Amino acid sequence: MNAMLAVIRRDLLVAMRCKTEVLTALFFFVIVTSLFPLGIGPEPALLRKIAPGVLWVAALLATMLGLHRMFAADHADGTLEQMALSPAPLALLVAGKIVSHWLVSGLPLVLMAPILGIQFDLDAGALGVLMLALLLGTPLLSLIGAIGAALTLGVRGGGVLLSLLVLPLYVPALIFGAGAVQAQMAGLDVGGHLSLLAALLALAAFFAPWATTAALRIALE
Amino acid sequence: MLSAHGLTCVRGERPLFSGLDLAVDAGEWLHVRGENGTGKTSLLRLLAGLAQPAGGEVLWDGQPIRQADEAYRRNLMFLGHHGALKEELTALENLEFAAALDGAELSEAEAIAALHRFGLKGREELPVRVLSAGQKRRVLLARLVTRKARLWVLDEPFTALDTKAVAMLAALIGEHLAGGGMAVLTSHQAMPIPGGKVLQL
Repeated sequence: MNAMLAVIRRDLLVAMRCKTEVLTALFFFVIVTSLFPLGIGPEPALLRKIAPGVLWVAALLATMLGLHRMFAADHADGTLEQMALSPAPLALLVAGKIVSHWLVSGLPLVLMAPILGIQFDLDAGALGVLMLALLLGTPLLSLIGAIGAALTLGVRGGGVLLSLLVLPLYVPALIFGAGAVQAQMAGLDVGGHLSLLAALLALAAFFAPWATTAALRIALE
Repeated sequence: MLSAHGLTCVRGERPLFSGLDLAVDAGEWLHVRGENGTGKTSLLRLLAGLAQPAGGEVLWDGQPIRQADEAYRRNLMFLGHHGALKEELTALENLEFAAALDGAELSEAEAIAALHRFGLKGREELPVRVLSAGQKRRVLLARLVTRKARLWVLDEPFTALDTKAVAMLAALIGEHLAGGGMAVLTSHQAMPIPGGKVLQL
């Protein structure tokens, strides 16, 4: 457990020392979501309608940005070898890497989303649900993304391959995440959508570290 | 003790070596020699358990390393070509992180003492990025001082080191062996450390 916390602490420290990675994903999210109101014009009804989809798609793409770097640096400088040789189980250390990836590239999106949602004329209730859905959904994206990042580790042109591999797997998160916001705006119950997102998160939290570990071991051989 | 029987390594289609036997007892060290591309690094990775042999097995205290698993990794210190140094972090932070990963307790004073021993006084708080290749190597070697492992597997530990650092490292390995430790290392130089066996690939 200590080793896992050390991995999280180190990754956050590295992220703090070179802030570009954190800021790129966040600015991408801000800019992409701001382009839609500018392009479509001030039509509140239309903007409200497209808001959940646009915000969620932008969040998916923003988390994709730093995904291929998740294990690449550790692979190149030998840290991954040392992690595999640590007495602590590799899956636990990998879980630590996934947590730090979410803290660096997922959490800022969750915190930023309500401010961006105002551009789309969302009311307070919808903003709350959007935040809650992203809070459940972005860790799911990091978990699924980790499997893809590990599978494409060391592959030439892995970045594009990674998008092709991972984006289809993001579809359930997109459907239930955007669906929850739409349901809230239509005055329907959002519990179903959020429960499904939470169930997917629980499932991924259990299996993704193992799958990622297996893929990393292949990359290390 | 570390031993291996009938080790076979195949890279792609080409067999590198086959039927290799070796044994290292407490207080002994094994010098793996051979030309470039004869499989020295591959052998070390097999011994560390980072790769699986095509044939044969590696034993730790008479137990296959896959079964010994955690007990083996607790006793093993592997230093490969890439030393797992994070360029953005300082030498001290790198040492502390490596210790946390090894599940070892390392106080700041101990870490600083280890860095001082390798002549990195005044450079503890500098990001590793600004250190020279030799100094980076010295940071890695400081890890040998702080890590209490019985078996050291070192791949080309003398690369990029000046003569003074080579002597320091040789003395450190000597201490380790005198304390009942074991070491397997590759090097193209002759090593002034007693108790060595040579394995020619």
